[in-house]
Amino acid sequence: MSGTFLGMPALPAYGHGNLNATEPFPKAAHRELGNAQLRANLGHATHTIRDKRLKVVAELPDWEDMRDSGSAIKNATMAQLPALLEQFEANFTARGGTIHWARDAQEANEIVTSLVRATGETEVVKVKSMATQEIGLNEYLEDQGIAAFETDLAELIVQLDHDKPSHILVPAIHKNRSQIREIFLREMEDVDPALTDEPARLAEAARRHLRKKFLTAKVAVSGANFGLADTGTLTVVESEGNGRMCLTLPDTLITVMGIEKLLPSWSDLEVFMQLLPRSSTGERMNPYTSLWTGVTPGDGPQNVHLVLLDNGRTAALADEMGRTALNCIRCSACMNVCPVYERTGGHAYGSTYPGPIGAILSPLMTGIKSEKNNSLPYASSLCGACFDACPVKINIPEILVHLRGEDVDSRRATIKVPTQMDLMMKGAEWAFSDGAHLGLLEKGLPLGRLAAGRDKVIKKLPGLAGKWTRSRDLPAPPGQSFRQWWARDHKAPDGVVPGTGTTNGTGTGSPTESEGGQA
Amino acid sequence: MSAREDILNRIGAALRDAPAVPDIPRNYRRVSAMTAEQRLEQLVDRLVDYKASVFVVPAAEAAGKLAELLAGTASVVVPHGLPQEWLSALPPAGTDDAGSPAVAVDSPQRRLTVAELDAVDAVVTAAAVAVSETGTIMLDGSPSQGRRIISLVPDRHVCVLRAADIVEVLPEAVARLEATAPQTWISGPSATSDIELERVEGVHGPRTLDVLILQ
Repeated sequence: MSGTFLGMPALPAYGHGNLNATEPFPKAAHRELGNAQLRANLGHATHTIRDKRLKVVAELPDWEDMRDSGSAIKNATMAQLPALLEQFEANFTARGGTIHWARDAQEANEIVTSLVRATGETEVVKVKSMATQEIGLNEYLEDQGIAAFETDLAELIVQLDHDKPSHILVPAIHKNRSQIREIFLREMEDVDPALTDEPARLAEAARRHLRKKFLTAKVAVSGANFGLADTGTLTVVESEGNGRMCLTLPDTLITVMGIEKLLPSWSDLEVFMQLLPRSSTGERMNPYTSLWTGVTPGDGPQNVHLVLLDNGRTAALADEMGRTALNCIRCSACMNVCPVYERTGGHAYGSTYPGPIGAILSPLMTGIKSEKNNSLPYASSLCGACFDACPVKINIPEILVHLRGEDVDSRRATIKVPTQMDLMMKGAEWAFSDGAHLGLLEKGLPLGRLAAGRDKVIKKLPGLAGKWTRSRDLPAPPGQSFRQWWARDHKAPDGVVPGTGTTNGTGTGSPTESEGGQA
Repeated sequence: MSAREDILNRIGAALRDAPAVPDIPRNYRRVSAMTAEQRLEQLVDRLVDYKASVFVVPAAEAAGKLAELLAGTASVVVPHGLPQEWLSALPPAGTDDAGSPAVAVDSPQRRLTVAELDAVDAVVTAAAVAVSETGTIMLDGSPSQGRRIISLVPDRHVCVLRAADIVEVLPEAVARLEATAPQTWISGPSATSDIELERVEGVHGPRTLDVLILQ
């Protein structure tokens, strides 16, 4: 651990900015589900990427070996984070870059603003970045009189439409081609009025719209996919070339990167540059990756800055059960396989980070009690598809359950009177603590059948249980319980294993099985 | 307390349980199991899949093939360290007969401006190494490849690669590259899938990528 550890801060320092669900997930999801266009677009998009990913992952004989390496490298990174940050800082600085540290969103925004101001410019071009979205940089800059132009095609679409991204990789996944054409015709000053909705024509319109901006830009703002501690190198992974434009042409480059984005060494990149493209876009490799280390004289920006951002990452790190959420490389594979995300889309989660990873990362960074973030850990059926798809093996379902526990505990601390849920749990505790108790309850099953009536469906349960029947019917309970059936069906002659017709000692049955039958 | 000290302290407190640093398993493939011929074939397959045009010729025919590829192109930029012999079949700059391009050389003494590069039709560079499994060509800013900007602004990139510089898997390429060099890894021409996930080649980077492989 680092030698600079000076004292014990009392409380976790939570993150701020665009990290919150501002309304409970079930409510937001209900609204989003009503948008038929959104559901159709999302269904198509998530299934397409999912299939592409499976195909390119299946090509590699050592995919699981790579996941094991990736997971271990990230765990090792977090365990040595202070030392790695200091190593990165020393290397990046030695090559002419400048490092700034930001405790939270506000501080990061202020640093970027003052760096832009120092150049005398009032416009910046931007490479798609989750970190700057998390801190609300564009809005902050606008308030300070600085215009930020998104240059990734999807981000451009979202920005022109004054909308919010709904997917971390394909931010405009919720728009189809005709909607995009309408946005371009409405918002682009120099657009050809005969623009069609062919994707190639739309992409060309974006090229023309941004070309002059790129060639004249003096300041660029980017995020980073990886920072390599042993060399001080930064990496941006992209497809369109807008990233290369921003990282190469301007005089000043300001990068905002979360402190968890480090990898210990240059050679670790060989693992992550295989895991990331195949997991995110389902490509063998993304079209362009840029790498830079501080300043290269005569090549690219000569005024190079990096803002290292905490904003709740240390709070997530302090949670021993949840800290592996910081291993996330923002590939979005978990979103594309999630049955909940596939239907509700990203907006329902409120936070910059949607989907399964967002449902754990957002509350870990803000604390479970922030706004409506305590509703996010429930936005899952715990099916585990996200864990299977995650290239760094983050056990998302386990952390979801852990955070549900945090939520229940946090509410118990404030409510003194036992809730209906507490009473139900007490009841369950009594019922399952003794076979005789359960047997007594099971005698009530025929009553349930009676309540279900002739159509054998219970449509409305009382009290808290009514939440279950609000959106589904409960089938009538069976006429007898499993234990009742077992006891009845096992009154067979001694030595005969019921249902098999064979006797003990002939090979298939075992004494314990027949004993079990008599218990 | 500075933000730096504050954040390092927060991390120290967060790691109060002193988690163990795990050993890193590295059981993935780190060296090629293919012959040079198989790697060449795989690289061509991948590049064509990315909609790049690929030409494979004996090294002795490099100049002739380049002259053929650049015929009808008005202007070309090259980095100052591009092997001279590759351009030997082009008539000297300025003669401009038979549709030969005007060649501008970008060098530390004479760096072309953005506007000059924007007016150029094509760029010719060498490459540091290529990965056949992923169809990736790496440029590292050395004199034969030039500044990053020259392979970015012109709309057509003609990249000349020696077959001996083709490796199969990414770890082999990473081992060959100098981390601190300004790098661009290129896998096909620029592309986007942002509209209904339909892949469109050619957005902001060069819309045409030609790869000339020398055997």
